[in-house]
Amino acid sequence: MRTDRGARARWLAVDLLVALYVLIPVLWIVSLSFKHPSTFGDGSFIPRRWTLENYAGIFDNPDFTRGLINSIGIGLIATLIAIVFGTMAAYAIARLDFPGKNTLVAVSLLVAMFPQISLVSPLFQIERALGLFDTWPGLIIPYITFALPLTIFTLSSFLREIPWELEQAAKMDGATPFQAFWQVIAPLAMPGMVTTAILTFIFCWNDFLFAISLTSSNRARTAPATISFFTGSTQFEDPAGSIAAAAVIVTIPIIIFVLFFQRRIVSGLTSGAVKG
Amino acid sequence: MSTRAPARHARRRISEEKTAQRRLALWLCAPAALIMLLVTGWPILYAVLLSLQRYDLRFPDERAWVGLSNYAAVLTDPFWWNAFWVTVVITVISVAIELVLGMLLALAMYRTLIGRGVIRTLVLIPYGIVTVVAAYGWRYAWTPGTGWLAGALPPGSAPLTEKIPGVAIIILAEVWKTTPFMALLLMAGLALVPDDLLKAASMDGATAWQRFWQVTLPLMRPAILVALLFRTLDAFRIFDNIYVLTGGAADTGSVSLLAYRNLIGGLNLGIGSTMSVLIFLTVAAISVLFIRAFGISAPGTQGERR
Repeated sequence: MRTDRGARARWLAVDLLVALYVLIPVLWIVSLSFKHPSTFGDGSFIPRRWTLENYAGIFDNPDFTRGLINSIGIGLIATLIAIVFGTMAAYAIARLDFPGKNTLVAVSLLVAMFPQISLVSPLFQIERALGLFDTWPGLIIPYITFALPLTIFTLSSFLREIPWELEQAAKMDGATPFQAFWQVIAPLAMPGMVTTAILTFIFCWNDFLFAISLTSSNRARTAPATISFFTGSTQFEDPAGSIAAAAVIVTIPIIIFVLFFQRRIVSGLTSGAVKG
Repeated sequence: MSTRAPARHARRRISEEKTAQRRLALWLCAPAALIMLLVTGWPILYAVLLSLQRYDLRFPDERAWVGLSNYAAVLTDPFWWNAFWVTVVITVISVAIELVLGMLLALAMYRTLIGRGVIRTLVLIPYGIVTVVAAYGWRYAWTPGTGWLAGALPPGSAPLTEKIPGVAIIILAEVWKTTPFMALLLMAGLALVPDDLLKAASMDGATAWQRFWQVTLPLMRPAILVALLFRTLDAFRIFDNIYVLTGGAADTGSVSLLAYRNLIGGLNLGIGSTMSVLIFLTVAAISVLFIRAFGISAPGTQGERR
């Protein structure tokens, strides 16, 4: 390969710039989380006195641990259901010919663009009437709803790229359409489904508006909402350390996803929406 | 004729298969369609009904149908218009910056010779990080005394408590978090530009600048428009960043934050729902405008297949 040293140096500089753009704000939160409470006021980017106190503190806080459990549980359940229903609809859109296909796509698009605040008051009322307010299903249901367009678009574009002759072959061998879907195509669709599941989980993990509007206690309040309710243990104590530590904990799953599934996340994000 | 019967059979088999296919499709789509309609369709109608009532949960006895008077109240309210224009300013400025930065980032990710995997991994971090978490980072960075950025400001300034600096920081936080998403969408558009075309232009003596403006950009138009539409609508519902950064202090609140304050803080369902409906209508108007003006076609429909 011909290597142009000037170009390589230039690209290295660009890479470095991007790395700084991404990492400085993240490192700042990490730094804050390790700062000893007596040094919060120094404004230094790097802690002058390191401590794990902030981390010990949040794991002693039952609200936060409960919030983490809520976030994980609600996120996983919502993701699972959205993937199952989304895959079914995406298969129909990608493969079958039926009236109302364009309507379904249009409805999904509408939901994707829906301002979530518009649902807060009616959902608040409806969920209180149905006893869903401040429960897991009370958050899972809106999360599924807003995740569905994402799953449908991403999955249908993945499904289009599957070698469908295999499905025909299975049908020739006597499989019903459902068997052909479930036993031949579903395994081929797994990578796309994993990608979509990660995107969906990130979406649920990130939600804040529903989490603070449709909960009133730690029964269902998710981690981001819990963090926003952190107060110092006394009126004069700054919760900054606890918030920063909690922020780092909440970010860890995201970092893991990004490190292990980088390629898939990029292909998932770029496949669904763009080809307009 | 002897050939007619088998032909009819075949036709019937085809139409049977078609019916079976339709039935399967309906069953496959039903759960997703039902959930989306039940959780958005019915509540938005309910929000319209709530917006036509005087309904304050603190004074439930005074509940009454009041026609459009909530709309008159909101539309003559300076707080609403302030929040509306703040939202518009945040949306326009942040989407504009994101488009330029996102394009640069997309070009860097697409063309870089070294560390392509590393750079694409890094860029996903702002995309994936919880908005509220990133917002706390920015908030403490700009808080006088605590923050490393606040130290760079003249002493005595508290940017998060003033309108213009507050809005600027909100835009900064929004841009930092969402530029990678924009860049990824644009990168997919870059992948649609055939290399041969760029090479041919280069042979014809076009400079890199000319190639970008006259070959790459026109071919990327659909990707750019979809990215712009998605991000504009997303930016218009901005909530998390403002909630954490300024809490709406010094008139920096968006329409979503104002509606939230009325609904959950004030328990005024009538006024809050009126704002919800108005936000919904604005978002609908923006989408229609985009689709009419630029002819964007929805993903998954016919327009996609070139």
